[in-house]
Amino acid sequence: MSDIERADEAHGQPGTTLAKPEGGVPDRFENPGLPPHKHRMGDTDPKAAKRAEHQVVFFLLLSMLGSIGIIVSIIAIKYDGSFDQVSLSTKAIGLSMFLSLFALGIGAVHWAKTLMPDDERIDMRHRQRGTTAEREEAVNILKEGAAEAGLGRRPLIRNTLIGALALFPIPAVFFFRDTGPLPGNDLSTTMWKADTYLVKDPEGGRIRAADVTLGSVMHVLPEGIEELEHPLNEKAKSAVLIMRLDASLLTEKQNNWGVDGTVAYSKICTHMGCPVALYEQQTHHLLCPCHQSTFDLTQDCKVIFGPAKRPLPQLPIAVDDDGYLVATDGFSEAVGPSFWERG
Amino acid sequence: MAVVVLIALALLLVGGLYAALAPRDAQATTATATADDIEAGKKLFLANCATCHGINAEGGAVVDGNNAGPSLIGVGAAAVDFQVGTGRMPLAQSGAQAPEVDKIRFSQEQIDQMAAYIASLAPGPAVPTEEQLDASNFSDEQIAEGAAIFRTNCAMCHNSSGKGGALTAGKYAPDLTDVSAKHIYEAMVTGPQSMPVFSDNNIGQEDKAALIAWLVNENGDVRPDPGGLTLGSLGPVSEGLVAWMAGIGLLIGVSVWLGMKSS
Repeated sequence: MSDIERADEAHGQPGTTLAKPEGGVPDRFENPGLPPHKHRMGDTDPKAAKRAEHQVVFFLLLSMLGSIGIIVSIIAIKYDGSFDQVSLSTKAIGLSMFLSLFALGIGAVHWAKTLMPDDERIDMRHRQRGTTAEREEAVNILKEGAAEAGLGRRPLIRNTLIGALALFPIPAVFFFRDTGPLPGNDLSTTMWKADTYLVKDPEGGRIRAADVTLGSVMHVLPEGIEELEHPLNEKAKSAVLIMRLDASLLTEKQNNWGVDGTVAYSKICTHMGCPVALYEQQTHHLLCPCHQSTFDLTQDCKVIFGPAKRPLPQLPIAVDDDGYLVATDGFSEAVGPSFWERG
Repeated sequence: MAVVVLIALALLLVGGLYAALAPRDAQATTATATADDIEAGKKLFLANCATCHGINAEGGAVVDGNNAGPSLIGVGAAAVDFQVGTGRMPLAQSGAQAPEVDKIRFSQEQIDQMAAYIASLAPGPAVPTEEQLDASNFSDEQIAEGAAIFRTNCAMCHNSSGKGGALTAGKYAPDLTDVSAKHIYEAMVTGPQSMPVFSDNNIGQEDKAALIAWLVNENGDVRPDPGGLTLGSLGPVSEGLVAWMAGIGLLIGVSVWLGMKSS
């Protein structure tokens, strides 16, 4: 009896009769069994099997090619520091890796599907529970082990063991502490304070109040930021926009904190901290590129659209004796997104 | 003998042709607006622009409501050259913003005349000269500085690669990749539509030229894109589309193939 015939026999016969009570759903269905097994071309035709074999071999060879390709791309493409080389190297390694893995997978699956035996086997369920004797034996082993360890008789070992295990995780606290200093009040404060000059981002250089023309926007940093130890950390909080518009469009508070229609606002979105830098000079809206929060400059940067909840904080500015813009105070509240301790 | 005469004649012809046809240095056109130009520009203005912008360019009262043209007094020659030279004006119909149009309705001479007329009304930003835009002797560091200025001042609206992006209520920042250096410069100094003004005190003249040189790349070499396929440089939109269509499509295809019985 060939494998194929045996597979046929293992199949149930399709059910034909059902115990059907009068005019209703039957009490039980008869087991319809598995559908008749359908043979693949490779099972009956040796030529087809040979063809499938060749296909599998083709994919496996392709995978070899890919693996060699990875090695070749790593060795042959030398970094000379140019973007082109980085790009070429990344693409060559990536594509070879794809070929290596993908062709291997395709080959394996194709092999399994066309050539490996695919006749159904039935494996009956069996009980999971052990016999009563086996269970009792297992419990006895545990009890015996506990008695032999003698922890009850040697309390000194027991207590020191508990102490050792309790102390073991404590050093982790120190590891966590060493991951970095606590932020302190860094989130609430910025570099801006009274008499900090406004300078252009990124060119630097103080800004003359008269140079801010109507309808213009300037990207501003506090003077001296580049000399800090971590200028980028500070830049993430202290970036400021100054815009000039007709002073009559602004509120009294805005004019008091501004110079002749020039007002300075934090550039950090109060939602997620993106730079709110899209300024529409006709509508006087400031737009955040990340989640489209929109702030109306003529209403003290109130949120008029989007997920931000608080207006952008205004930086009070004035003109010094030489005509340069200078902050008269720091921000009156924390800039940027909300955080736990902000309240 | 005849050969010598022939060669001499040929040389004369070639030399003469060269002298006649050789390209001359481009000349700056700004400072030379004559009274005739202004007069011609005024005629063009009255015929083509005055309906919306008013007979004396004082801003339109003719068109009712909020779509009246703004006053053009003091916008300068640069604004005219930009708006008309990119086809944004004359506006075909009012909308969220004036779109760039391929078909320019006026010759450069006519645009210059209109610009001369508008510039004669009140001082304003002038059309940049060739020298102002010239970045040929800039160092790589200067061009890189221009790129940094672009990233701080322009990239949030125009995209870090200059491909443009959306603003609110149908407005948008246009793609800059095919815009001429002159028009980019003019847009910065005049602040057309939603765009803020970037005067020479805000971004210095040389910085502007360096920024444009980085963006426009006039010497013809393509800025290298280490990221491979740019997919239009539109960020998550086009990248997400490809990931969904191609990536998930491939996964679905493989899953279907895995579950299919072999024939």
